[in-house]
Amino acid sequence: MRSRTVQGSVAIAATASLALAACGGAGGPQSGGSSKLTDDKVVIGLLNDQSGVYKDLSGPNSKTAIELAIEDYKAKYGDKAVANTIEVVTADHQNKADIANSKAQEMYDRQKADIILDVPNSAAALAVATQAKNKKKLYINIGAGTTALTGASCNRYTFHWAYNTAVLARGTAGTITKEGGTSWNIVYPDYAFGQDMNKSFTKEVTGAGGSVGESIASPFPSDNFATFITKAGEGNPKVVGSMHAGGDLINFVKQFNQSPLKGKVQLAVGLMFITDIHSLGVDQFAGTQFTDAWYWNFDEQNKKWADRFKQKTNTRPSFAHAANYSAAMNYLEAVQTAGTDDADKVVGTLEGKKINDVFLRNGEIRKADHAVTHDVYLAKVKSSAPEEWDYEQIVKTIPAAEAYGEANPACSMS
Amino acid sequence: MSEFIQYTLQGLAAGGFYALSALGLAVIFGVLGVVNFSHGACYMLGAVISAVLLAELHVGFWVALLVVPILMYGFGVLMERLLVRWLLALDPLYNFLLTFGLTLILVEAVKQRYGVSGLPYEIPAGLGGQVTIGSVNLSVYAIFACVFSVVVCVGVGLALTRTRIGMIVRAATEAPERTRALGINVGRWVTPVFGFGIALAGLAGVLAAPTRAITAEMGSNFIIVLFAVVVIGGLGSILGAVVAGFLVGLVEAYGIAYAPTYAQIVIFVLMALVVLVRPSGLFGREEIA
Repeated sequence: MRSRTVQGSVAIAATASLALAACGGAGGPQSGGSSKLTDDKVVIGLLNDQSGVYKDLSGPNSKTAIELAIEDYKAKYGDKAVANTIEVVTADHQNKADIANSKAQEMYDRQKADIILDVPNSAAALAVATQAKNKKKLYINIGAGTTALTGASCNRYTFHWAYNTAVLARGTAGTITKEGGTSWNIVYPDYAFGQDMNKSFTKEVTGAGGSVGESIASPFPSDNFATFITKAGEGNPKVVGSMHAGGDLINFVKQFNQSPLKGKVQLAVGLMFITDIHSLGVDQFAGTQFTDAWYWNFDEQNKKWADRFKQKTNTRPSFAHAANYSAAMNYLEAVQTAGTDDADKVVGTLEGKKINDVFLRNGEIRKADHAVTHDVYLAKVKSSAPEEWDYEQIVKTIPAAEAYGEANPACSMS
Repeated sequence: MSEFIQYTLQGLAAGGFYALSALGLAVIFGVLGVVNFSHGACYMLGAVISAVLLAELHVGFWVALLVVPILMYGFGVLMERLLVRWLLALDPLYNFLLTFGLTLILVEAVKQRYGVSGLPYEIPAGLGGQVTIGSVNLSVYAIFACVFSVVVCVGVGLALTRTRIGMIVRAATEAPERTRALGINVGRWVTPVFGFGIALAGLAGVLAAPTRAITAEMGSNFIIVLFAVVVIGGLGSILGAVVAGFLVGLVEAYGIAYAPTYAQIVIFVLMALVVLVRPSGLFGREEIA
């Protein structure tokens, strides 16, 4: 049991507003009235990896992001807030689908969570989607990449907020190919995520008029890529694509930089997080292009939020942190608009909503498949960091429509 | 043909590194009979310490190559004095479990302190770039790591077979009673040998730092390959570990080149075949005598 309840100042503020409502005896349709909330409170469940490979890019700091959202919601609505008592409960799914499944059940049933957020790791993400559907409770996924969340496994209560593998492929493979990187060799880790990424990238490269010479599967995990890199250089491709993540990606890039391909062949990376650049050092990744869902130093609005985040965590936010904030905030706004935390009514106000906030630009919660479409960015790693965490140069904004394409036809919204 | 030579060289370069990494495991098993499962974690500690030294104290690669093994030797001595020693008389399984538990503690401790996404480390100056001959090329660092590993392995081998200390250590493990009868304090040698094995793991970690991801988990998968190396070479055999290190490096490189999907399986197929034909491994146990 790693779950714990957090109230602190939020509870004090809530009690104060309750007292106000009671004394005044008033409260219009948009105010107080705890009776409109199930169990007299809104409970947000944060279910993610708090100890493994995704700990740094989402992990415990996602809770800080959610707390910032609660703070902003309280400040915005004051004593008119419908969600006057808000709790955050957290759990570690350890990247295991069965643990995610039982933790989600526990959150919905025992801890009375009204919504579950984050859930990186595709297998865990899909397990929670099934729970959300069965329990008829909300679920906004942020950390996982699988397109199945808005495809075959989509349902009325599940939303996918930040990115998916198809978006990464369109952003990175499509753009690089169109810019002249027409011949590719791809190395991918041989498990579900890697195979999925290899397929999406191959499809996008060929779709944009390029060709993929060889797709090479590497064992997962692996730490000796020297020979894979030699193979990937055969046939003189213009681009070598690495679909690895985490430690495998770092191994691959380090060894790529020591190979003769460095400087001659462009390295494109399927999925990369700012935490990866931070751990390897900006010079090792210099020039590498990848698709980012959000970057903290993109504009003033992002920077301001990142500064608040840094005050609390002493680190800069990843896109997953910003997306957790955005998802929590929009959920609370939806509760406010609906005047209740009843799941069906909240879903009704979320569907089709157009959003512009710190995370979502030209965002829309697409009704057809519950993909939250928004502008994403083609980023290039800088050759040196002007300040710590300032690693990315945004080369191009990829408009939402281009990045997300049509709604997933595999989704029947059952 | 040039491709084949390329793969062979890459295999040999990786093999040298495997040999050095497995050496400490072989020394500790050969002398103490302890299957040290924490070898991978000690390898990880070696890499993490060198990254921390670089980031916080600006201690570079060459100094780390000397300092980290010394620190790890101290760690090994503590480990032996406080923990391993008390279980030596029991079934080897107890120490195996002890070191397994220690691995979990070390990995989690590093995760808590340094997170999970890894630490940065750069290639030391002068060792970047590649050497190209015709169409064959190899990174300078890979060549360095391989040569350095072979030198260390040969040095350790010579020290154990040609020096007086080596002789005492081997006598103490082969026939402790008779060695004692000759007036030699056998127990005195157990701790330094264990510390030395751990220092070798740390040294391999330093060598890995410029070219591999430095994460808390970096040893967790690596230890499996190392066990394969040690089993193929013959448990406890130092020459065996070196030969098997190169063999595994080559087999892995050819596997990746000609059957990438099976690259990691081939190592264990090789291990199974060796054990079937020679259950005591290529160089058996007599090699340490």
